[in-house]
Amino acid sequence: MQVPAELRYTKTHEWMKREASEAVVGITAHAQEELRDVVFVELPKVGKAVKQGEPAAVIESVKAAFDIYAPVSGTVTRVNEAVAKTPQLVNQDCYGAGWLFALAPSAPAEASSLLSSEAYAKQVQA
Amino acid sequence: MSSALTTGPLQKTALHERHRQLGAKMTDFHGWDMPLYYTSILEEHQAVRQALGLFDVSHMGQVLVTGPDARETLNRCLVSDLAQVESGRACYTLMLNPEGGILDDLIVYRLGEQDYLVIVNCGNRASDVAWLNAHREGRATVTDISQGRSIVSVQGPLACRVLEQMLDAKVAGLSRFGIAPVRHMGPEACIARTGYTGGDGFELFLPDAHAKRLWDAILSAAQPLGARPVGLGARDTLRVEAGLRLYGTDMDASTSPLEAGLEWTVAANKPDFIGRAALAHQRLQGLTRRFAGFELAQGPIPRGGTALEAGGRIVGTVTSGTFSPVLNKPLGMGYVEPACAAPGVALTMTVRSQRYAATVVKLPFWKGQAKQPAIPNLERTT
Repeated sequence: MQVPAELRYTKTHEWMKREASEAVVGITAHAQEELRDVVFVELPKVGKAVKQGEPAAVIESVKAAFDIYAPVSGTVTRVNEAVAKTPQLVNQDCYGAGWLFALAPSAPAEASSLLSSEAYAKQVQA
Repeated sequence: MSSALTTGPLQKTALHERHRQLGAKMTDFHGWDMPLYYTSILEEHQAVRQALGLFDVSHMGQVLVTGPDARETLNRCLVSDLAQVESGRACYTLMLNPEGGILDDLIVYRLGEQDYLVIVNCGNRASDVAWLNAHREGRATVTDISQGRSIVSVQGPLACRVLEQMLDAKVAGLSRFGIAPVRHMGPEACIARTGYTGGDGFELFLPDAHAKRLWDAILSAAQPLGARPVGLGARDTLRVEAGLRLYGTDMDASTSPLEAGLEWTVAANKPDFIGRAALAHQRLQGLTRRFAGFELAQGPIPRGGTALEAGGRIVGTVTSGTFSPVLNKPLGMGYVEPACAAPGVALTMTVRSQRYAATVVKLPFWKGQAKQPAIPNLERTT
């Protein structure tokens, strides 16, 4: 299973990629495999303030709806309109075209609580 | 889909080991360890619509009702008139309580002059057998023959051609709701042109050993044509697309056939049956709710329990919903006030504080096509 080394992870299976002033967020390969058949994605509104560990988006698969938690606190700067239109992108390319939203972190120190790729891979295999 | 009331180890069908070998994700369905999906619910759904899907539905109950008074017994307990069902034919029917509430929905196959095979929902198997025994008329015997027997369901546009090649049984000659023996597969082995997908398909009622051989043979021969094993996940999305109700979800002992839109199953002219007076009374009184289907242009899946609104007030509740990969939109079914059950009525559904527009449409959402693509000669291994 794919766990890119350059990303940081949550225990709840989100990934976060630090870019210049933003953090891009999506769900991991393990999460999309567990969900399967993603048919609906509900994204936050741009400008919305989100808190670390609180629900920021929702992914629905045929089976059920799942909350997606903000890896760090911040303000939503961009959302992936393509994934809202074509939810299957989450299954097809969860680390690329299937990204969910980007935010401007308000408490950068929170990122230190995220998992490395090794630590996340270990959690998933456990 | 799982039953919270179940305790103890899960029951396994004869094909359980096959599901494991095929990498199925398993689920607890009314105390049975059943495949939810093998690879993907939506891919399995499409395989059934475009090619062939192989289902293990051996968790369903198989009950024989036989004897000179078998027909009287069934006519007393069911809404259909079994006198209208010829040998080698079947009907979809309902079992009611005296209040007109639905105890189960089932298919009754007439195997011979005095022999009927009744297929019941697995969650109702024990109570149905007890009910039939309690209302047995004269010389009739009710026997639960489920133990040691399987049900393999073969559904989709390729099903007829594939089975025709694999079985020494009349397959293409079977009409919808027809049933015929498969003599070389043991006593009471039958093939019927029935299913739960809304499209063409067959169900085979077989001794366990034959079911395993048939399962393997169909998969190995028809996989190159797009055939797949299909789990209960796609069984649910397929039946919603076909507008078929699920017992325990879309109807139960508190719903009547009139409310559930199943009045067509109730015979107008037959001797008295349990629930008849209650239905007559309900017809006079009028209904307070009706079963209806609705679709969303886009949005979340309508989940059971979600309120349906019209004109700013709640007019009903969702019972079933799914995403249709064929129609590419969310579909839902549920009960609404009779005035809101007509096709074209605009409803709204609120999910996580967002409102979504829905429109009532005529059921079924999807109607089966008749086309049967040609297939090459298959290797016979049965």
